[in-house]
Amino acid sequence: MATERLTDIGPPNYEKFLPPVIKDNYGKWDYHEIIKPGVMVHVGESGDKLYTVRASSPRLLGVDRIRDFADLADKYCDGFLRFTSRNNVEFLLTDESKIDPLIKDLDKIGHPVGGIGNAISNIVHTQGWVHCHSAATDASGIVKAVMDDLCGYFTGQEVPGKLRIALACCLNMCGAVHCSDIAILGIHRRPPKIVHDNLNKVCEIPNVIASCPTAAIRPTTVEGKSSVDLEEDLCMFCGNCFTVCPSMPMADPLNDGVSIWVGGKVSNARSEPRFSKLAIPFLPNTPPRWPEVVESVRNIVEIWVKHARKYERMGEFIERIGWPRFFKMAGIEFQKEHIDDFKHAGLTYKRSTHLRHQ
Amino acid sequence: MADSGKNGTPMLDELEKGPWPSFVTQIKDMAKKNKMCEDLLGLLERSYDEKLGHWKHGGIVGVMGYGGGVIGRYSDLQEDFPNIAHFHTLRVNMPSGWFYTSDALRTICDIWERHGSGLTNMHGSTGDIILLGTTTDELEPTFAELTANDFDLGGSGSDMRTPSCCVGPARCEWACFDTLHLTNDLTQTFQDELHRPAFPYKFKIKCSGCPNDCVASVARADMSIIGTWRDQIRINQAEVRAAADAGLDIQRDICGNCPTKCIEWDGKKLEIDDENCVKCMHCINAMPKALKPGVDRGATILLGSKAPIVEGALLSSVIVPFMKLEPPYEELKDLIERIWDFWGEHGKNRERTGELMQRIGLGNFLEAIEVEPIPEMIAHPRENPYVFYEEYFEEEDEEEE
Repeated sequence: MATERLTDIGPPNYEKFLPPVIKDNYGKWDYHEIIKPGVMVHVGESGDKLYTVRASSPRLLGVDRIRDFADLADKYCDGFLRFTSRNNVEFLLTDESKIDPLIKDLDKIGHPVGGIGNAISNIVHTQGWVHCHSAATDASGIVKAVMDDLCGYFTGQEVPGKLRIALACCLNMCGAVHCSDIAILGIHRRPPKIVHDNLNKVCEIPNVIASCPTAAIRPTTVEGKSSVDLEEDLCMFCGNCFTVCPSMPMADPLNDGVSIWVGGKVSNARSEPRFSKLAIPFLPNTPPRWPEVVESVRNIVEIWVKHARKYERMGEFIERIGWPRFFKMAGIEFQKEHIDDFKHAGLTYKRSTHLRHQ
Repeated sequence: MADSGKNGTPMLDELEKGPWPSFVTQIKDMAKKNKMCEDLLGLLERSYDEKLGHWKHGGIVGVMGYGGGVIGRYSDLQEDFPNIAHFHTLRVNMPSGWFYTSDALRTICDIWERHGSGLTNMHGSTGDIILLGTTTDELEPTFAELTANDFDLGGSGSDMRTPSCCVGPARCEWACFDTLHLTNDLTQTFQDELHRPAFPYKFKIKCSGCPNDCVASVARADMSIIGTWRDQIRINQAEVRAAADAGLDIQRDICGNCPTKCIEWDGKKLEIDDENCVKCMHCINAMPKALKPGVDRGATILLGSKAPIVEGALLSSVIVPFMKLEPPYEELKDLIERIWDFWGEHGKNRERTGELMQRIGLGNFLEAIEVEPIPEMIAHPRENPYVFYEEYFEEEDEEEE
């Protein structure tokens, strides 16, 4: 007998995954304290204590590693764990004496603990060459190389405030890197190479034309076949046309690479949320470890660590010292590409004499 | 045939070095028992060598009756790496707040080991559990096992995407509404909108319990629901003094960082002019034992944020300055329905809510969704004098009056 096919049941209810200490203190937490890097305690109005141990993760996990996490959760916290919005793993303990043994076990399988409070947390990122069709660079590889380099700031080396790094492997920004302290963004720099042969078979030509934000795409006929024509001067390499039409491929090893953006934030603390701004227009793709990207990110991080005031996020720090000084401190050459030329670009020009002259 | 075995993966091997956990090690561990992962290593090594991705555009694949939740993925090196010629992704709706038991995780692992690559993302950008890579034939059997174990697919394409939320009242004293309950409730209420794409484009909802916005709602959600409060910050003066005694420079670090300069400290007592407090969270973040959000709690509802595609990135902007959020959340759901109705009718293909608001203007958008314009919605009034007045008087009209 065929059983009834289940659909539209939605996710399992979260309540069945909450440990008893959370059920007992739900909505009644009093305060929290960071005990040491990667470990915090939440204290309920009841006096109950919940210890959280936050471990790093590459986000891309095989089922065996997830089972390792499950085993550790069984061993140390009655099987209860969660993941964070930045892809870390959090173990939820009630027995303080189990914290250090858990950290030791996590260390043994290669997952350093940290990333809480004023620290550099995990890098939110996208699929890259592992699984994406529009990637201008890899995601996981750069993240691994950058976090290897910055791991000390995750595990406890002191920093002025929070610093959030994100990576997106193309302008689609599945990783929504546009509001990060430091954003690593894969970019294409060559207009799509139009495949006239099959374009009219695999793409809706009106959609392709409508997809272009600068109206650079027009209908045409090539060797008797309907296709599109591209005015290359108007192309800003956004990839919109490729998103709707596979016959407009943009990936190009000679021209693809990485740009670095700084100073965005989403939190409302002190200053309002803001977008990241362009710091470095282009760095080459240099797998397997992207040394130019790693070095550039470290440079910007170190300037912030050295000069920012307590609590100051990257964007707040740069706003205080001014962009000219930031470029000078970072040793980044200011170029034409740094100046916006799309919609509302004029709002980004300096419209006062508030300038530092030394 | 795959050359990963013959020539090794010298480039990827470099990414097994160093202190941070390695994704290459994860793929290699799975490659010992899964041919898909073996081929993935070979293909990825090729990408590293050529500086070029080898995945084609997704085709339309999915499970019966759903239009979303599966991302079709095909390699352009099918002869070299036949085991990942098809390598589709399933998005599985995570439980609110990403809480799990070890048994629930093992259940997912067992299902995915039987039916796919055994590789996952915990989690994807929108929040789903990402099951990375399987063939078309395996989609329906995977789905059947998932639903038999209480899991369902998330969104993809032009539908409501899987709503997500911060840890909320489960483990945070700052949560101003029950982010987990609301997220779960909205997800269950809008199952049809989640599974069957019928919108102009995607629609994301993210719930953050306080203005710290730990799920980046203001930047990443078409509807950003961000907890806040209307009454006074609660002050424990003894704990303020304890923080000062412990070395916190309250004048510099707290008063000096307050965006509206509404805090005063005389060395003994902290006073807050709550009428001028903009609920930024800084002072509360810095002194969690001494200061707490008020008790008249709810959320600010903002609309329209998105990444650059198509017309440029946007942050969400305020639509409702304060809304109480208690089950069954009818006021919020009515608002969502009105937005979807208008956007569904007037949005262009691939136009997000935020872009529609920009195109027709916030004023017109508000009229369409029956929300009164108020000054909380703007950073400042218009500077531009070209106003589109919609009516004017004729001579006779004036005489009649």
